[in-house]
Amino acid sequence: MKKLLLLGDEAIAQGALDAGLSGAYGYPGTPSTEIVEYIQRNPEAIERDVHRTWSANEKTSLEEALGMSYAGKRVIVTMKHVGLNVAADPYMNSALTGANGGVIVAVADDPSMHSSQNEQDSRFYAKFALMPALEPSNQQEAYEMPFLAYKISEKYNLPVMMRVTTRLAHSRAGVKRREVLAENKKHLPENPNQFMLLPAFARKKYKHLLSIQKDLVKESENSPFNKYFDSTDKSLGIIACGLGFNYLMENYEDSKCSHPVLKIGQYPIPKKQIEKMTSECDEILVLEEGMPLVEEMLKGFLGNRKIKGRLDGTLLGYGELNPQIVRQALKLPKIPSQAIPEVVAGRPPALCVGCPHIDTYKALNSAIEKYGQGHVFSDIGCYTLGFLPPYHAINTCVDMGASISMAVGAADAGLFPAIATIGDSTFGHSGMTPLLDAVLSGSNVVIIIMDNDITAMTGMQESQVRGRIEQICEGIGVEKEHIRVFVPLSKNHEENVKIIEEEINFNGVSVIIPRRPCIHVFAKRKKKN
Amino acid sequence: MKKDIILAGVGGQGILSIATIIGYTAIESGLSLKQAEVHGMSQRGGDVQSHLRISDKEIYSDLIPHGGADMIISVEPMEALRYKPYLSENGWLITNTKPFVNIPNYPDLEKLMEEVKAIQNHVAIDADGIAKDLNASRSMNMVVLGAASSFLDLSYEKLEQGIKFIFGKKGEKVVEANLMAMQAGRDFAERYH
Ligand SMILES: Cc1ncc(C[n+]2csc(CCOP(=O)(O)OP(=O)(O)O)c2C)c(N)n1
Ligand code: SF4
Repeated sequence: MKKLLLLGDEAIAQGALDAGLSGAYGYPGTPSTEIVEYIQRNPEAIERDVHRTWSANEKTSLEEALGMSYAGKRVIVTMKHVGLNVAADPYMNSALTGANGGVIVAVADDPSMHSSQNEQDSRFYAKFALMPALEPSNQQEAYEMPFLAYKISEKYNLPVMMRVTTRLAHSRAGVKRREVLAENKKHLPENPNQFMLLPAFARKKYKHLLSIQKDLVKESENSPFNKYFDSTDKSLGIIACGLGFNYLMENYEDSKCSHPVLKIGQYPIPKKQIEKMTSECDEILVLEEGMPLVEEMLKGFLGNRKIKGRLDGTLLGYGELNPQIVRQALKLPKIPSQAIPEVVAGRPPALCVGCPHIDTYKALNSAIEKYGQGHVFSDIGCYTLGFLPPYHAINTCVDMGASISMAVGAADAGLFPAIATIGDSTFGHSGMTPLLDAVLSGSNVVIIIMDNDITAMTGMQESQVRGRIEQICEGIGVEKEHIRVFVPLSKNHEENVKIIEEEINFNGVSVIIPRRPCIHVFAKRKKKN
Repeated sequence: MKKDIILAGVGGQGILSIATIIGYTAIESGLSLKQAEVHGMSQRGGDVQSHLRISDKEIYSDLIPHGGADMIISVEPMEALRYKPYLSENGWLITNTKPFVNIPNYPDLEKLMEEVKAIQNHVAIDADGIAKDLNASRSMNMVVLGAASSFLDLSYEKLEQGIKFIFGKKGEKVVEANLMAMQAGRDFAERYH
């Protein structure tokens, strides 16, 4: 069969589909978004009617996935690394309930923070939850792993994490497909208590989870994704996880590394192979794309000096790996290369010309000029770029929904005015609950929900609150007269400034909805249909 | 055979179409391919690059090492220079000369071009101008691809097939315009040195 040219994300999606997937859930987030998007447009998925819609946020999506698993079907739930924080409650508990139909929790990490607010490593969550995790090093493995993930998930009745990082998620290569497995038939869990975590049941389940850990280590020791390549020069042994393996091999002509190499793609880490390497080799270099998980385990609290990596400075302590960083750690001669010429200037991302957020920020800036700096709590999306010159319109960006909650807290401390700016999709994700807090405590806040009709930053997914923002705010208890809508266009500037001023002067919860579609919406919808 | 190519530009300028066509051609020629793309934040008018690796052997890293690129193909002159650390000693730099100015501190164009010309193996092409003369101003990226085509060690006919494959859905006219644009870029590069 001809190879498919797939992104790492797409390979995971195709693998899950071919391994009998019945449903995909998730919330968009770079670099994970293309998994669900691929399933949404895949003709076979459409033909099979695989469930494939975006959820309101990562927590709801993971719970929906658990529901599908309860009903016996195979499911995948996708998110970016920080999304797993939002879904952490169901994630941790799903290690105790376990799965009925196979569950893959696919999490895409973003080391070097290309499009993220931190670079946390999801493998720590898998370890924390005592859950197995798979980490592909190439697109073919990304395709193969869902087959094994469902097998393990249904054998141990346990969800399995699949962790990818930016460079694989967004890199394309040829992928060979396997025979397609049938979907599961609907069937309830054999044990009616399985998904019941009353303390008495939860204690038993936790003991069970602890008791199968040794079996999960065995699975890893026998996994096709954990490979030991023995070699003669035992002054150094190399443990390479995920993409670390690629950057290692890149530095050896014809894949001839003179040191023993343990390639890790399945966790918990394989004990037998690690024992072999640590007993045979003088020093061990650990290459991990992300934070030093394996390295820290091997090094221990007292700091075994044999273990080299990010913790002792052999590798940079932060950011993604690349061929030259790994080359330096291997002490191989540097490949000559030239510097970036001095004339080259930085080109940071910026709001598009004609973006509706620009006109909203201009109006906001005029309305609050007299209060000085430091009044605007913002959130995550294209509109976060309003922090940059020439707008300087916002002061904070922490996590999705925090604009509203932080404005509430600051208002409680006496800050006036306290203003939040939040996108429509972000509002649907995590803005409704803090708005309820604001209403319940009668906070003096102005909440600006910037409705550009789409989830723009992550590549134009439909927003879950589309067409119902006013109703939601009213339902939560915001007074109707203080839900104001305007069209952010420069010709409406004076009028829009006045609306913002009026609501600042109202002592209570105001919602303002600047409403104009992102300039790319029409083209995108046309393309998708 | 091995070709490591950095594609450079600004978010929205269409470097991914270039990558897709070269990728299609490589696969059709039975070669292995890896192509790392930039998705996300930088696509909002920031600098974007794609690492395109073609080989008849197994390719490991999705990223090209510094000093390892056989070519930089850029649709914007300043972006071409941003990736100079990747260029190998005898590597080629093929760049559009038309600046994309969306920052207040965009450098002096003459200084930029001096830096481009300081790289011995270079082709500097006014791809926007050529595309406009052909009444195909949206095919600027194909002019640049054309200028790079003779350094790719790939069959030109297969590149043409790639264009037909990628743009086929958009109709005969779009395909024609892009084919013409690529040919014009190729002709220019052949006369360049
Ligand atoms: C917990 C979490 N999930 C997902 C993301 C990824 N993300 C960043 S911005 C954004 C959506 C922004 O959409 P919207 O609020 O409508 O603003 P727009 O970009 O359209 O202006 C998403 C999903 C994130 N940063 N954090
Ligand atoms: S993509 Fe849309 S919302 Fe984002 S900056 Fe551009 S116009 Fe604005």
